[in-house]
Amino acid sequence: MTQITVKVNGKVHSHEVEPRTLLAHYLREQLSLTGTHIGCDTSSCGSCTIHMDGMAVKSCSILAVQADGCEITTIEGLATDGQLHPVQAGFKECHGLQCGFCTTGMIMTAVDLLNQNPDPTESDIRHGLEGNFCRCTGYHNIVRSVQWAAEAMKKEIMVE
Amino acid sequence: MSNTKYIGQSVKRVEDKRFITGKGRYTDDIKLVGMTYAAFVRSPYAHAKVLSIESAEALEMPGVVAIFTGDDIKASGIGGVPTGWVINFRNGDTMKEPPHPLLIATSSTAKHIGDPVAVVIAETYAQAVDAAEAVVVDWEDLPAVTDAFKATQDGATLVHDSAPGNLAFDWELGNPISEVDAAIEASAHVTTLDFINQRMVPNAIEPRSYIGHYDEATDKYTLYTSTQNPHLIRLLMCAFVLGIPEHKVRVLGPDVGGGFGSKIFHYTEEALVTWASQKIKRPIKWTETRSEAFMLDAHGRDHVSKAEMGFDAEGNVTALRIKTYANLGAYLSTFGPVVPTFLHGTLLQGLYTTPKIHIELYGVFTHTVAVDAYRGAGRPEATYLLERLMDLAALEMGKDPVELRKRNFIPAFDGVEQPGYQTQVALQYDSGNYHGVLERAVEMLDYGNFRKEQKEAAQNGKLLGVGFSTYIEACGIAPSAVVGALGARAGLYESAQVRVQPTGKVSVFSGSHSHGQGHETTFAQIVADKFGIPMEDVDIVHGDSDAVAFGMGTYGSRSLAVGGSAIVKSIDKVLEKGAKIAAHKLECAADDLEFAEGKWTVKGTDQSISFGDVALTAYIPHVYPEGLEPGMDFSSFYDPANFTYPFGCHIAVVEVDKETGKVRLRRFIAVDDVGNVINPMIVDGQIHGGLAQGIGQALLEGAIYDENGQLTNGSYMDYAMPRADDLPMFEVDRQITPCPHNPLGVKGAGEAGCIGSTPAVVNAVIDALWSGGYQVKDIAMPLTGERVWRAMQNN
Repeated sequence: MTQITVKVNGKVHSHEVEPRTLLAHYLREQLSLTGTHIGCDTSSCGSCTIHMDGMAVKSCSILAVQADGCEITTIEGLATDGQLHPVQAGFKECHGLQCGFCTTGMIMTAVDLLNQNPDPTESDIRHGLEGNFCRCTGYHNIVRSVQWAAEAMKKEIMVE
Repeated sequence: MSNTKYIGQSVKRVEDKRFITGKGRYTDDIKLVGMTYAAFVRSPYAHAKVLSIESAEALEMPGVVAIFTGDDIKASGIGGVPTGWVINFRNGDTMKEPPHPLLIATSSTAKHIGDPVAVVIAETYAQAVDAAEAVVVDWEDLPAVTDAFKATQDGATLVHDSAPGNLAFDWELGNPISEVDAAIEASAHVTTLDFINQRMVPNAIEPRSYIGHYDEATDKYTLYTSTQNPHLIRLLMCAFVLGIPEHKVRVLGPDVGGGFGSKIFHYTEEALVTWASQKIKRPIKWTETRSEAFMLDAHGRDHVSKAEMGFDAEGNVTALRIKTYANLGAYLSTFGPVVPTFLHGTLLQGLYTTPKIHIELYGVFTHTVAVDAYRGAGRPEATYLLERLMDLAALEMGKDPVELRKRNFIPAFDGVEQPGYQTQVALQYDSGNYHGVLERAVEMLDYGNFRKEQKEAAQNGKLLGVGFSTYIEACGIAPSAVVGALGARAGLYESAQVRVQPTGKVSVFSGSHSHGQGHETTFAQIVADKFGIPMEDVDIVHGDSDAVAFGMGTYGSRSLAVGGSAIVKSIDKVLEKGAKIAAHKLECAADDLEFAEGKWTVKGTDQSISFGDVALTAYIPHVYPEGLEPGMDFSSFYDPANFTYPFGCHIAVVEVDKETGKVRLRRFIAVDDVGNVINPMIVDGQIHGGLAQGIGQALLEGAIYDENGQLTNGSYMDYAMPRADDLPMFEVDRQITPCPHNPLGVKGAGEAGCIGSTPAVVNAVIDALWSGGYQVKDIAMPLTGERVWRAMQNN
């Protein structure tokens, strides 16, 4: 067992973990942050996407021990002071989700995408979301959701 | 209808808040006190005999609680998993329904990759997996057969000794074959296609997950399951597999992350975690890995067909003759037998007046995982066959594919003034306007301009193509008496309970189940409008067999047409009773009242009483009609009079790269008619998702078993799921032809996108190739660059 200390959604946690524990499993099992989903075993689907030190990563491709000393944001920590992040609001506004399973990872990826490129074209968005599978929406409304969020962030509108 | 504040509006979804904040609750998110974890020992071979199972060493490993093998299951005497539909042979012989054991016992044979022989239960999932790897099984590898046609040929290895020729059944439908043969013979032109409708992996992003929990104190079981139909699972598991009393079992289907058919069926692992939790007196969770999902979740499609369509000199269809081998996999899954028969053969009329139709179909066992309903289920296969034939015939005869369709369309009928349309293949369509959807889609395409652009492109060495597809589907499969006569072992109705609380708030309990469709929103829109109350005052409860009286669940685009209609029935009962209470309070006759805007008003006066006040009176019946029961809570079961028949027209525009064969989908147009629409935003979303799956089949996806029965592309690294940059923005529109036989006039939208889109894309690629002089008749899906390139070179 190895001791790790991570700051997750602003709160510091220290735990003993098995060295083989994936970050995704640590978040879900030990911190009960079940908004991070696991949809595959080949780091292909993107459902487990979180932010580590500000960058979107697939938490199934990182060991919990690698996150030692890092700052992590999961979907549960994205809204601030009860205000949805514009990307979260965009997904609701544009029906960017159906079953909700891929949604949390999709939102975390989209937030990073917009942080890096605040004014993406449709093609930028589609390429940016390549690492996240959705089987429900055909991506049409996900693309619209991200476009909506980009506009909202530009206008600095925070929608509840 | 009292008013329509919500119905027809794109109301934002009630369920979204929990999903966008990570507060959804899927089965794998649930942790019970004392919970253990299961991992399975599975066959690495498609066909192999179990010589011995050695688990003593594994049992001693850290954290291991118990190990059960096929021998334990055999000794316990619990049954295998049954199918829900019987299709007997044409000669009257009973369908072959070989047993589907929960675990394979010593001396028995595993029949597909991943067939389980033992389950290991441990304190943690990692410990269960470690110990499962330590269970030693001695296998005798045997030859396997995976192709439906080859499995029926002489000398093919048998999957089950009890099923000679690997046949579960054979089946036919339509006009007498002699008449169809004669009509084909007499045709001026016959278009023929031999093709494969490849095997699809449903790939809901949430893997299947189950928790079995036996409570010793109450002798009750709880099963949490990622299912589309909790009550159906309870019935199958209790009555047919485990033999435990149904009233002692609660089945919960919490948030479910997509299904697309694959979560309809009762799987062995559901029964095993339930059974084993009683043995170890602790809860057991099993969540499949993606690799297991590829190997074990029932697949879709997988037909090998020969199709012939005859035409007279003017282009009128004279006859259709089909021979199909449908792969059923190693075991008959819950709806396995009905998908290629009554959900496929019955759709071969399509939108056309074809006077003579015959299908001959073989249901075949192979050493592959079961094939069952996958979004569209049988109807995409029928549509693929018809619409490929239609576009190819147009090319062969030098006719316009749009004009050829119009010439053969069934004229419009509303099912009220004009009767329903009786097909040659058993069904009677409810209402339709097929020209309408085609004309609208063609207008959106700007067809005339497209053909000019295509010609110019061809002159510049570019390959542009357009593909058309029109479709009809049969949804909300019913009524129970009819499906019973066709071999169903269940009824196909739906239940709904509408409970008006004393304060006028409403709880609705539906036997339907949402796994992404948005029932909590759509159903609430209906209830709120009918009662004239805010949507916030309505709560939709589903997915709990203890809370909901009964239910048949969600599949076949039935939730709104059948489940929604059951809700309307209960709403009507509430309003009828409410009128009696209102009349008593207002001292008038119930007939003198009208209900609108959430209140009963004495006609022609301003005297009224609100819905909430009537509800309160029902629970505090001090001033109350004599003889009327207190309370305001009604249940209904709705058994539809007929299927519903959505239809539409899809058009794909593609560009094919001459050098590489790569297909780029430039446009996709879909005009669908799903009857009345409660929430346009949700319906559009359903169409979009279906389109992606249908286009995925045309261009990207397909399960590939090698000759030994190994699934060679059983991961997301190998199986090409559609990604965001594989697809364009969809151009979607709709026409509305109400369903004449259900109270909402709705037909169902869940599968439409997946039915029309596949042939449209393939037709477009074929059209592109013909525009460049490559007269290719068919390319096997998925149309990868390599396959298209090869087809061009071989031409």
